[in-house]
Amino acid sequence: MKPVEVKQDIYWVGAIDWDIRDFHGYSTKKGTTYNSYLVVDDKVTLFDTVKHGFAGELLHRVHGVIDPAKIDYLVLNHMEMDHTGSILEVVEAIKPEKIFVSTMGFKSLQAHFPTDDWPIQKVKSGDQVSLGSRSVSFVETRMLHWPDNMFSYIPEDKLLISSDAFGHHWATSERFDDEVDASELMSHCAKYYANILMLYAPHLRKLFAALGEMNLDIDTIAPDHGVIWRSDPGKILAAYERWCNQHFSQKALVVYDTMWHSTEMMAKAVANGIMEQGVSVKLMNLAVNHRSDVVQELLEARALVLGSPTLNNGILPRMGDFLTYAKGLKPSNKIGAAFGSYGWSGEAVKILTGALQEMKVEIVDDGIRHQFVPDHDALRACRELGVKVGQAVKASA
Amino acid sequence: MKKYVCGVCGYTYDPAKGDSESDAPAGTAFEDLPDDWVCPVCGASKDEFEPED
Ligand SMILES: [Fe+2]
Ligand SMILES: [Fe+2]
Ligand SMILES: [Zn+2]
Repeated sequence: MKPVEVKQDIYWVGAIDWDIRDFHGYSTKKGTTYNSYLVVDDKVTLFDTVKHGFAGELLHRVHGVIDPAKIDYLVLNHMEMDHTGSILEVVEAIKPEKIFVSTMGFKSLQAHFPTDDWPIQKVKSGDQVSLGSRSVSFVETRMLHWPDNMFSYIPEDKLLISSDAFGHHWATSERFDDEVDASELMSHCAKYYANILMLYAPHLRKLFAALGEMNLDIDTIAPDHGVIWRSDPGKILAAYERWCNQHFSQKALVVYDTMWHSTEMMAKAVANGIMEQGVSVKLMNLAVNHRSDVVQELLEARALVLGSPTLNNGILPRMGDFLTYAKGLKPSNKIGAAFGSYGWSGEAVKILTGALQEMKVEIVDDGIRHQFVPDHDALRACRELGVKVGQAVKASA
Repeated sequence: MKKYVCGVCGYTYDPAKGDSESDAPAGTAFEDLPDDWVCPVCGASKDEFEPED
């Protein structure tokens, strides 16, 4: 468990969680990392800690550089438990002279842990603390990902420690962007943004505009999850810019669940109609696709078409799960429609259309409901629905 | 007086309570908060708020 040098006298001393598969409803199929950074200067400083159960791994890595008791300052950029679950053990081991948190961080830290005799110092945007040969400036980044979030910027090293921002869930032995597969890396980043930050897009646009005005000279971005951007930090900045400005690709997403294959047949016919228009489409059956993977596709899709049969006057439960999750993430500026088969009452299409409207999706068609098994004519109607969606996607370009 | 909800974090401004952090006493209508007032939870500006329905 060796530390990894990020810059001279700056080390990654975090922990690798190879086993985690669920992050509050987001499937982390390849685990994650909880990153901590150690700066050795006149004031030895630790930035962020790790999840409960990983304190030993963190302290072991610190030991590879310096005795943990020699750490003077502890900076906590975010209080969510994936970064603070080990804090009682860490504070006990390092006995910091000062603990730096944002104003909102102070509130959330107090609401998590017995902090009464901790040497906490609240900081706000623009505050600077000298560590000796270098300094650290704090930038509050509320809602990126919680009200308490902040960045720690070390100008002398052109290093931005960005907490949850620009991270991704991917457990690897490699620590840097140039050491891993580039397209897999961006896919993990898109999934992370879609599942954690998509709902804050309008707020993030303002936040990034304000950060842009600060003109920070950055050559390395060190997030608290995943690999460190040392070769191409501009790549992840550009991706966030695109995502929060909601620049969608010419792509449609058909999400459905099915009971006796009838809605599945309809879904395939809808997808065929979209394809006929030369529009890229992804067909996602909720029986085999996790909600968080569907939301990743939703991030860059222009159209969302939903299908469910009617069950007990409602929709299938997996569709209910997906809608609850997707609504909370506030996808915006999409177009869509709904379809589904039914036995005798057939409420599902109306429920799905209502859910789309609640998400402010522009409805391009009243939707198609078909009793029991779709015949040739019903499938043609579904294909035509797909054509209409495909045309609307192209028209919105 | 109407309550207003923050579109970013969901915080509700209740004029009956005011906002002690920005010295807005109980009884301050949302409309009477200063233009540079921000959400005490997430820092969103006034224009991010919508009346509660
Ligand atoms: Fe977080
Ligand atoms: Fe996190
Ligand atoms: Zn707010």
